[in-house]
Amino acid sequence: MNKKGAIGKVYSIVANLVVVKFEGAVSQNEIAFIKLDGVDLMAEVIKVVGDFAYVQVFESTRGLKPGTEVSFEGHMLEVTLGPGILSKNYDGLQNDLDKMDGIFLKRGNYTNPLDDDKEWDFTPLAEVGDKVAAADWLGSVIENWLNHKIMVPFKFEGKYTVKSVVPEGKYKINDTIAIITDEKGNDYNITMVQKWPVKKAIEVFKSKPRPMIQLETGVRVIDTLNPILEGGTGFIPGPFGTGKTVLQHAISKQAAADVIIVAACGERANEVVEIFSEFPELDDPRTGRKLIERTTIIANTSNMPVAAREASVYTAMTLGEYYRAMGLKVLLLADSTSRWAQALREMSNRLEELPGPDAFPMDISAIIAAFYARAGYVYLNNGETGSVTFIGTVSPAGGNLKEPVTESTKKAARCFYALSQERADSKRYPAIDALDSYSKYLDYPEFVKYAYENISDTWIDKVHEARNILIRGKETYEQINILGDDGVPLEYHKIFWRSELVDFIILQQDAFDNIDANTSMDRQEYMLDLVLDIVRKDFNFSSYEEVNPYYKKIINILKQMNYSDFKSDKFNSYYKSLETTIAERFDA
Amino acid sequence: MEKKAFQKVYTKIKNITKATCTLNVSGVGNEEIALVQGRMAQVVKIVGEEVTLQVFAGTEGISTDAEVVFLGEAPTIKVSDQLCGRFFNGFGDPIDGGPNIDGEKREIGGPSVNPVRRKQPSELIATGIAGIDLNNTLVSGQKIPFFADPDQPFNEVMANVALRAKADRIVLGGMGLTNDDYLYFKNLFDAAGALDKIVSFVNTTMQPPVQRLLIPDMALSAAEYFAVDKNEDVLVLLTDMTLYADALSIVSNRMDQIPSKDSMPGSLYSDLAKLYEKAVQFPEGGSITIVAVTTLSGGDITHAIPDNTGYITEGQLFLRKDVEIGKVIVDPFRSLSRLKQLVIGKKTREDHPQVMNAAIRLYSDAANARTKMENGFDLTDYDQRTLDYAKDYSEKLLAIDVNVDIDEMLSTAWKLFAKYFSKEELGIKENLVNKYWE
Repeated sequence: MNKKGAIGKVYSIVANLVVVKFEGAVSQNEIAFIKLDGVDLMAEVIKVVGDFAYVQVFESTRGLKPGTEVSFEGHMLEVTLGPGILSKNYDGLQNDLDKMDGIFLKRGNYTNPLDDDKEWDFTPLAEVGDKVAAADWLGSVIENWLNHKIMVPFKFEGKYTVKSVVPEGKYKINDTIAIITDEKGNDYNITMVQKWPVKKAIEVFKSKPRPMIQLETGVRVIDTLNPILEGGTGFIPGPFGTGKTVLQHAISKQAAADVIIVAACGERANEVVEIFSEFPELDDPRTGRKLIERTTIIANTSNMPVAAREASVYTAMTLGEYYRAMGLKVLLLADSTSRWAQALREMSNRLEELPGPDAFPMDISAIIAAFYARAGYVYLNNGETGSVTFIGTVSPAGGNLKEPVTESTKKAARCFYALSQERADSKRYPAIDALDSYSKYLDYPEFVKYAYENISDTWIDKVHEARNILIRGKETYEQINILGDDGVPLEYHKIFWRSELVDFIILQQDAFDNIDANTSMDRQEYMLDLVLDIVRKDFNFSSYEEVNPYYKKIINILKQMNYSDFKSDKFNSYYKSLETTIAERFDA
Repeated sequence: MEKKAFQKVYTKIKNITKATCTLNVSGVGNEEIALVQGRMAQVVKIVGEEVTLQVFAGTEGISTDAEVVFLGEAPTIKVSDQLCGRFFNGFGDPIDGGPNIDGEKREIGGPSVNPVRRKQPSELIATGIAGIDLNNTLVSGQKIPFFADPDQPFNEVMANVALRAKADRIVLGGMGLTNDDYLYFKNLFDAAGALDKIVSFVNTTMQPPVQRLLIPDMALSAAEYFAVDKNEDVLVLLTDMTLYADALSIVSNRMDQIPSKDSMPGSLYSDLAKLYEKAVQFPEGGSITIVAVTTLSGGDITHAIPDNTGYITEGQLFLRKDVEIGKVIVDPFRSLSRLKQLVIGKKTREDHPQVMNAAIRLYSDAANARTKMENGFDLTDYDQRTLDYAKDYSEKLLAIDVNVDIDEMLSTAWKLFAKYFSKEELGIKENLVNKYWE
C-alpha cells in the first residue's frame, strides 16, 4: 500500500468525525493528517462514499473549519517495532508520553516511540549465506534483561539470503545490521526497526497449537480452580467496585511471563499512575529485576480522544505479537474492552449506521472474536515457541452479563472470571465467583497431561473435589436459609462450613498483603492438600452450635498460615496449633 | 459577552429546534461560540456551509431573522483571584449582584493532563465522618460521587465534607439546583466564614437545562487555575450530575443521534469521563479533588447515569437511612473509595485496613442474622451478638453525625469488637490483635 497519498479538504465536522472531499485514491483505514493552523491532526479513514472520505480524528477537532487541507499518507496506522519498547509509557498511537513537554497533552504532539541515539549491544545470530524469511532471527540485543531478537521485517515476502551481518558491537537502532538479498538479486539493508499495521495480525509462525502450559498468576482462585494457559484467553466481567482493576494489577505484577503489556483503554488515569509509580519500585520475584523492566504500558485513559482508544488495544496486541515472534511469553492485559467497544459505538453512531443491540455496531461480535483470535501459543519457524496470553476486562452496563459486549466476549474467550457483587459486598476478595467462573482448559487433554506431569497425578481430581465441596456448600446454605439452623440435620452445617473453609483459605486472598498476594504453585498445592485433608475429616459435634465456632477457629489458623512465609518457623508453628486444634475435636 | 465591531452578522436561520438552530455560514470553526439574538450558542456540527448551533438558553422566541454573531473562539472563562467569594452562572457572568471580574481569558474544557505527569494521590482528606474516613477514606486528587435518592440529605453531607476538609479552595458547580438549595449553600458558606475561599458556578432550575452543560467545565477550569497556577489543593463539588446528563440527552436527542441505554447518548461515558478525569494530583503540589452528587431513581444503580459514573469515578458513597437507629448512615456495603489503599495503614494507623474489613464483615454477618430473624428462625448466640454489634456500630461509627479523628474511630471499633466478640472471630492478623485488643 505504498502509493502516493491523496489530498483533500475538510467538508463536514461532527465531534471527531470529519468528512473530507478528496482527489486521488484513498484506502479504508488509511492514515490522514488534517493541517489545522500548523498543527497536524492524525485521523483514520473509516468509510468512503464517492469522493468523500469519512475519517475519525484521534484528537480534539475544536476550531477546525471546513476547507482545511488534508493529506493522506498511503499507509494504515502502524507501530514502530524495535528494541526499547519495554518500560515505555505510550499513548494509544504509540507516542512516547515521557517525551512530551508540559503537564497537559497538546494536540498534534507526536513523539518517537523509540530512542534513535541509544546504543545497543548487538550479537549476530545469522551467518552469511543463511536462507531467511520474514521473522527469522538475524541477531539479538539485550533489552533490560531480555534477549530482544532483531528479525527480518514481517512485511518481507519470499526467501532471502544473508549477504552480510555486522560483527558483535554497539549499534543504534537505525544502523544497518545486515544486508539480505532476494531471489532476484536485490539487496535490502536491515536495521533494528520495522513497522507494522496494527489492525493486521502478525502471522509469521509455523503453527498455532492448542494451549497446554499453565501460566501461573499467583492468584489461587485462578491457578487452582480456573487455570489460564500460555497463549490462552480469558476475560473478567464485573460490575464496578468488584475489584476488576485490583485483580488485573495483581496478575500483571505476579504472572510468570517474560513481557507484560498493559493496555489501559478508556479507564481511570490514576490507575495508570499507580503502575507508573509502583512498578519501577517492585521486584519481579523470578528475575529479581524491577517489574517495570518487563512491562510496557499503553495508556489511553478515558479523557483522551476516543478514536485513539479504539487503536490502543490493537497497538498493544501488535507489540505482544512482536515479542512473541522472539520466542517470548507475553501477557497482554486490556482494561477495559468495553471502553473499546464503546469507542466503536460512538463512531458507528456518528456515521449514522443502523444500530445493533444497545446501539453497538452490528459486527461488534465479529470484531471482538477477531481480536481474541490474535492471542495464542505458537511454534516459530525455527522450532522455538512463544505465546501471547490475553486477559481482558469487561465492564458490563448495569452489571448485566447479558449485554452485547459480555455476550460477544463469552463466545470468544476460553476462561471466564465472573466477579460477583455479592462477594465484593461481603469483602470476599478477589470477588471471583468460583462456581460461575470456568476455565475450558481444565478439560483440555493437553492441560490434563501437563498437570499430571508438572503438578501431581491427582491434581485435576483435587480441583474437581474442591469445586464439588463449594457446590454442595452453596446448595446446603440455601437449605439452611429456608429451613433454619435447627431445621436441618447437623450434617448440613458441616457441609456448609467445609465449603467456607475452601472459600476462606483457597478462594479468598489479600491482594494488599505482601505474602498472601502471590502464592506459588507448590504452595497452592500444599494448601489445597491441607484443606482437603481437613474437609475429609469427620469431626464430632454434639450440636450445630459447635460447628460455626470450631471451623472459624480452624479458618483463623489457616489464614495466619496464608499470611506467613511458606514453611517458615511461624508457618510451621501455626501448623502445629492446627494439628492440636484438630486433635482436640477427635478427643472430645 | 460583548460584540466586536468587525464581526459579521448573519440574519438567516434555516432550521430551529428546541435546543439548536442551523444557518449557512462560512469560515466558522468547530466548537466556536456565537450569539444568537444575544443568547450564547456553540457550534456543534458543520456540514459544508451549514452550521448547527446549540443555544444554551434554549430557542424560545428565536426568529428566523435573528441576529447571529460568531465570536471566533471556544467558550472561555476569566480567571483571577477575583473569582473568590463570588457566584456565577454557566456563562461566567456574576449572579450575586457584584461587579464583573477581570482576569486572563482561558478556554474551558481544555486538554487532558499527560498521565505520566500525574502524581499518585497520597494525601488523606479527613472529614471526621467515620463512614467516610474509616471505611471509605478520601484522598486528594480523587473523584467520588454520592449516590443518593433525591430525598436524602446529600447536599448537606457534601457541604459538611467541604467545610471540614482542609482544602485551600472550594469550587461549587451547581446544576439544576433549586433556588432553595442555592441559598442554602450561599448562607452556609457565608455563616462558616468560608466564603472567600469558595467560588461558585450555579445553574438553578429557573434557567434552561441546556445551560447546565457549561457549569462543570467552568468550575473545573477555575479549579485548574487555582491548582496549576497557584499550586492549591482545590475541592470541586458538582451537584447534581444526573441533571447534567439529562441535559446531554436533550441535546443529543435534538440532534437526531441514536440513543443508547436509557435514552442517553452513546458518548455518555466519554462525556462524563472528560469532566471527572480533571481530578488530579499535580507534581508541583496542587491538586483537584472532585466530590459529586448523582441522584438515583429509586436506588437503581444500573441506570446508565450512575452506572457509567461508577466506572469512571474512584468509588462511590451511598447514603442510607438506618431505621434501627433512626439516622442516615454511609452504607458500608455499597460505598467504596478506590484510593483508600493508598493511605490507610500508611498515613493512618497500621491496623486500619484490617479493622475496617473485620468491622464490615461482622456487620454483614448481622445482615444475614437479620434475614434469619425476619424469616422466623431461631438465632444462635453468635447471630444475636452480631445484631447487637451492628446497632452499636451503626450508631457510633456509620452515622453521618459522627465527627472524630481516625485514631478514635479505630479505638471505637476495637472496643466494639471486645464487647461483642472473641479474638478468633475477628480474622485479623495475630500481631495486630495482640497490640490493639482493648
